[in-house]
Amino acid sequence: MIGYAVMFGFACLVLAFALNLWRLLRGPTVGDRIVALDTMVINAIALIVLTGIATNNAVSFEAALLLAMVGFIGTVAYCKFQLRGDIIE
Amino acid sequence: MIQPGLLGEILTSLLIVVGAIFALVGSWGLVRLPTLMERLHGPTKATTLGLGGMLLGSVAFFHLVQGVWSAQELLVSIFLFITAPISANMIAKVHLHGARLKEADSIESPAGKPPRPPGEGDWATYEAPHSDTPVATSEE
Repeated sequence: MIGYAVMFGFACLVLAFALNLWRLLRGPTVGDRIVALDTMVINAIALIVLTGIATNNAVSFEAALLLAMVGFIGTVAYCKFQLRGDIIE
Repeated sequence: MIQPGLLGEILTSLLIVVGAIFALVGSWGLVRLPTLMERLHGPTKATTLGLGGMLLGSVAFFHLVQGVWSAQELLVSIFLFITAPISANMIAKVHLHGARLKEADSIESPAGKPPRPPGEGDWATYEAPHSDTPVATSEE
């Protein structure tokens, strides 16, 4: 039963990635692209979690934690660059 | 009498399916909604909640089915729930600046323009630091 649920989750996340990619390519403003990238990072964390369940392997959650931190810092850095023209003032 | 393993399987599957649907709805909102201020709702609320559901499902899987207690998922979800509003705030600031520079969407948002804050001042993100703000934020 868990196998079917994980398959369903993978299918939903693939569709979500396609929708995010559409918004990333379409724009129209830089803010939309930042939102799309942020959502893609969150979906990638979800993919890592589902892979951990599917392969019955708890090691991959360190990768999820690292990706969460790097994704947040990346989003804030993009926004900071848009707002101030510089990241570290 | 339901066995604990079966209960864990049902709980895990339910949490994964609900979380995946929430993540999909968040991305669908990102595509479907008209302007950036509305588009922020989908990823920041629905997708974060969906990921929280999947992480809880992972906790349930490793605890109830495998009999191993792992707390990293809770760390990831706490971190995401703390950082999602901050990144949403930063993106909203980017939108306000884009609107001021006339780079924002040409479509009028259904909710209209964001209201001016009460009192004399403007949005905090437009203002220069006041002379009475603490040194650490006002000095370069």
